Amino acid sequence: MKKKEFIWKRRHLLGLRGLSREEIEHILNTAKGFEEISTRSVKKAPTLRGKVIVNLFFEDSTRTRNSFTLAANRLSADVIEFTEKVSSTSKGETLLDTAKNLEAMGIDIVVIRHSAGGVPKFLSRNIDASVVNAGDGFCEHPTQGLLDVYTIRKIRGSLEGLKIAIVGDIAHSRVARSDIYAMTKLGAEVILVGPPTLMPAKVERLPVKISYSLDDVIGQLDVINMLRIQFERMGSNPFPSTKEYSHYFGLTVERMKKVKKDILVMHPGPINRGLEMESEVADGPNSVILQQVTNGLAVRMAVLFLVNQGAMLRQEIKDKRERLEGQ
Amino acid sequence: MSKTLLIKNGHVIDPANKINQKAHVYAVDGKIAEVGKIEPKADLVIDAAGRFVLPGLIDIHVHFREPGDEEEETIASGSAAAVAGGFTSVVCMPNTDPAIDDATSVEYIHRMGRQARKTHVYVMGAITKDRAGEQLSEMGFMVQAGAVGFTDDGSGVQNPAVMLRALKYASMFKNIVISQHCQDNWLAGNGVMNSGYNSTVLGLPGIDPLAEEMMLWRDIQLVRKTNMRYHVQHVSTARCAELIRQAKKEGLPITCEVAPHHLLLTDDSCCDYDTNYKVNPPLRTDADIKAIKQAIKDGIIDTLASDHAPHLKSEKELEFLTAPFGIASLECALGLYIKVLIEPKIIDWPQLVSIMAERPAKIISVDKGTLGKGKQADITIIDPDGEYRVDVNKFRSKSKNCPYDGWKLKGKVEYTIVGGEIRYSAQES
Repeated sequence: MKKKEFIWKRRHLLGLRGLSREEIEHILNTAKGFEEISTRSVKKAPTLRGKVIVNLFFEDSTRTRNSFTLAANRLSADVIEFTEKVSSTSKGETLLDTAKNLEAMGIDIVVIRHSAGGVPKFLSRNIDASVVNAGDGFCEHPTQGLLDVYTIRKIRGSLEGLKIAIVGDIAHSRVARSDIYAMTKLGAEVILVGPPTLMPAKVERLPVKISYSLDDVIGQLDVINMLRIQFERMGSNPFPSTKEYSHYFGLTVERMKKVKKDILVMHPGPINRGLEMESEVADGPNSVILQQVTNGLAVRMAVLFLVNQGAMLRQEIKDKRERLEGQ
Repeated sequence: MSKTLLIKNGHVIDPANKINQKAHVYAVDGKIAEVGKIEPKADLVIDAAGRFVLPGLIDIHVHFREPGDEEEETIASGSAAAVAGGFTSVVCMPNTDPAIDDATSVEYIHRMGRQARKTHVYVMGAITKDRAGEQLSEMGFMVQAGAVGFTDDGSGVQNPAVMLRALKYASMFKNIVISQHCQDNWLAGNGVMNSGYNSTVLGLPGIDPLAEEMMLWRDIQLVRKTNMRYHVQHVSTARCAELIRQAKKEGLPITCEVAPHHLLLTDDSCCDYDTNYKVNPPLRTDADIKAIKQAIKDGIIDTLASDHAPHLKSEKELEFLTAPFGIASLECALGLYIKVLIEPKIIDWPQLVSIMAERPAKIISVDKGTLGKGKQADITIIDPDGEYRVDVNKFRSKSKNCPYDGWKLKGKVEYTIVGGEIRYSAQES
């Protein structure tokens, strides 16, 4: 039997929770094709020429934003940067007003980051352009999840059967959530590690194992992803001191003595050196942190390319229908 | 000359007087004169054949937003919504801007209610000045002005010493109830929905059920000490229902209410980030709904109250994190209760009427909720099988933040009669 050809249909990328394994693999395969562009002397392809992308960032970000901008530039799209630090209120211009205003300028793709979970979904329901989630509250950060699995797959060939620990502030981490969905869909076993005060409600209902002891699990791991402790997202202190946190959950040189030789050490950045991870480990031979950044570019090019393809497919179907109705 | 009203051929359900049969209702000068077989001539005759004739329904928990947020609702628009929903009496909550925390404000609400000439408008005053949870408000003056109880609704009184003082102080007044929005702010944090699997995958801060349960548990201890009449607003968790069951068994003077959304919706509804499902206390789980329904069946829940909380579209069109809490449901509340309690046979009609008229009247100590001789002629006439589709655009309420828009419900309100006067009629609207 001939395998049915996979067709990408989505015009938004809101999260990885609703994506199938096939869809995730398709993004990763597409990204692989785009990696080559960055090695050319003229690092540009005409794929999105004439398309307008807006980076709509309501929260600080340097690497994700730059990565998206560069990805858009490499595909020849025009990019508008839009930064708004204040959150919307009923009195001022609402988020929806902002989006509709941008849409009135004729944009094709909105790349959005916001401190409130669900904003990309809310936007996708209310505007016509494609929406790409660049991180929403502690809901999802799909391109980070994708670049993480891309990085692992690139080095290990597959995630099937790998043991991966995500360590730290799971409760307030959108990266953890996107990683969990992507990694488990691709066949990895995920262990969440951190103090109970940094675990979200009903975490046991996610397809993961939970451990409160890094030392108990560290010897079995193929990959360890150290989350950034996000002080700005935490209300009252969920642990007594950074010193005690590092003692139990920091990736120290001492702890690295217990790991498998070929373990991959990851971090979504920016690192709090000496808190989640000692500098020697961050810069050590097992660290793939900078490769994550490099791969992020190819992954984001793939995502922009694919949502545009999804939007064009939708337009094609719409046109066809109108033609048929006109007959 | 006396003014007379005859409602004939209807099926009268008046549980306080153990009536559940076909009967005529005769009122003279706004008071019930007789319920029975007599059929005298009257100035106004309503043929209620095939209809249920009920003592006027009472909703002891509404937000009419006046003074301060008149763009969301006014006492006039809210009152019109109330009679369209079959309610002849409502109790306004004091979390307005400024808060209803003195006699002048209480009198203002009453005056606006009288001017609206729709439903009876009662009011609860704030327990503490500005609802700040610190200094007791002038309860005595507000009692004299006609306040039926006190609450800091919108938030609970956080400081147990203040709450104890409030219960103690209020116990010197007759016919007053202290009503609490149970929520420990430390535990609730900045939560915007129920804390659970859904909040985890939606990436939204959760409100642990404990936030509600802890304050209720605390208050029960304070009630035991003071023996002051205490009312629990919008019970939303299974454990709260259980705590109330135990407290009642112990004989403590505790009553409670349940809102329609805590019977019909769970936190699964939040999965699309639709802010019409953002409400406080938050939508919980199927297990909570099951326990609350059982508590209703067992008579533990004293009344149903809409917690009608209108908000503008522009406010609700914000991010789930920032949009205000609240659901506007006064106009379709009866239909919702029929759907969730009568249709699945959890309770029968006399029981429903009892918890929507007789028992809430007792909580707020008003001589209403029955069709007994000499009582004010507050009457709701409904077509129990009459179907309608909820349409927010037809709401008399100024706000449309109603997740039931488009739902098909039964129990169409035909007439709402207040003091013998028709204040709402389905034909004329």
